[in-house]
Amino acid sequence: MANDPIKQFEIHSIVPIEIAGIDFSFTNSSLFMLATTGAVSAFLVLSTSGRGLVPNRWQSAAEMSYEFVAGMLRDAAGTQGMKFFPLVFSLFMFVLFANLFGMFPYFFTVTSHIIVTFALAMLVIGTVVLYGFMKHGLGFLKLFVPEGVPVVLLPLVCAIEVISFLSRPISLSVRLFANMLAGHITLKVFAGFIVSLSGFGLIGIGGSILPLIMTVAITALEFLVSFLQAYVFAVLTCMYLNDALHPSH
Amino acid sequence: MATTEDAVNAAAGGGAFPPFDTSTYASQLFWLVIAFGLVYYVISKIAGPRISGILEDRHDRIASDIAEAERLKRETDEAMETYEKALSDARSRAQTLATETRDKLTAETTAKRQASEAELNEKLAEAETRIASIKSEALEQVDSIATDAVSAIMGKLAPKTPTAAAVKKAVTAVAKS
Repeated sequence: MANDPIKQFEIHSIVPIEIAGIDFSFTNSSLFMLATTGAVSAFLVLSTSGRGLVPNRWQSAAEMSYEFVAGMLRDAAGTQGMKFFPLVFSLFMFVLFANLFGMFPYFFTVTSHIIVTFALAMLVIGTVVLYGFMKHGLGFLKLFVPEGVPVVLLPLVCAIEVISFLSRPISLSVRLFANMLAGHITLKVFAGFIVSLSGFGLIGIGGSILPLIMTVAITALEFLVSFLQAYVFAVLTCMYLNDALHPSH
Repeated sequence: MATTEDAVNAAAGGGAFPPFDTSTYASQLFWLVIAFGLVYYVISKIAGPRISGILEDRHDRIASDIAEAERLKRETDEAMETYEKALSDARSRAQTLATETRDKLTAETTAKRQASEAELNEKLAEAETRIASIKSEALEQVDSIATDAVSAIMGKLAPKTPTAAAVKKAVTAVAKS
């Protein structure tokens, strides 16, 4: 069923691998993960190989992405946050390239699977929790106790803070996953309309111009969303890392 | 929302909704660790330090270029100042020289004039002396002429010729009166 908008998210094994009874097959998803890795690495390493004092276009683009993320992290978490720069930059570039790869027809969108985005979100939250307790010890728990709150309200506020902290990995992962998934489904559905409408003869062909316009518009929107979601993911990572650096707010 | 709707549709169609198919999770996680690990390695070990190095180099280069430009500007200013100082020095020296020359020339002229005036005065004095001597000489001669004349007249008039000394004495007495 070529018109099934879900088919594009199916994972199928390319090289079956099984270790200790668990399926670690090299799939289309794995392929595009590695393609993303390759593209990110090639972009950042090859473009800067000239180390030009005056950058060429590619080097300029690499420098811009570097400074973009560096500025984001410095604004959110201060100069102390710069020790997490490789993590944030990796996350941003990986998510961005994975999202953009998904924009090619017939390409698989790595970030349209909840397990991938959830793993990345858990990496962020894990880093925050680990670093927070390592740096501040139990002082990290001050994160859940806002200052200047009346003692009566404290249990309630604490509970809210804990819940909001626990929901962070979920919101972080679901936001990216749902955006990519919904965008691609919408795109596929509208593209499917063109085909089905064209089957109804001349009027149908005339009418199919509308979904065609929509498809083009949504494609543009999806490019924006691809970038925006990578940006949002990185910004939220920066803000969560800021909590680990300065838990008392 | 389209997501849940489609998920339900897909479930109804038989196969599980792919993102919620847990059988693929192990494989996805496994390859994600590899892929993201590689990205992290490349960025933290190669690309990150390289780009930050490039940016730092550029920053340093710009800073040093600005410093160099400032140094050159300072040098130019200094040279300009030196030049202006030299110019004003030369001007004042020229003025001094002019004044000196003028003073010297004036002094020389004055000296020459004074010298020639002195010479003239000397000559005048000399001439006056000569005139005086000639006058006295002439007067002396007048005396002797008078004496001679008196002697001669007396010789004619008186029988006894007076002595020359007596005549002279008499003449002088007359001349003095």
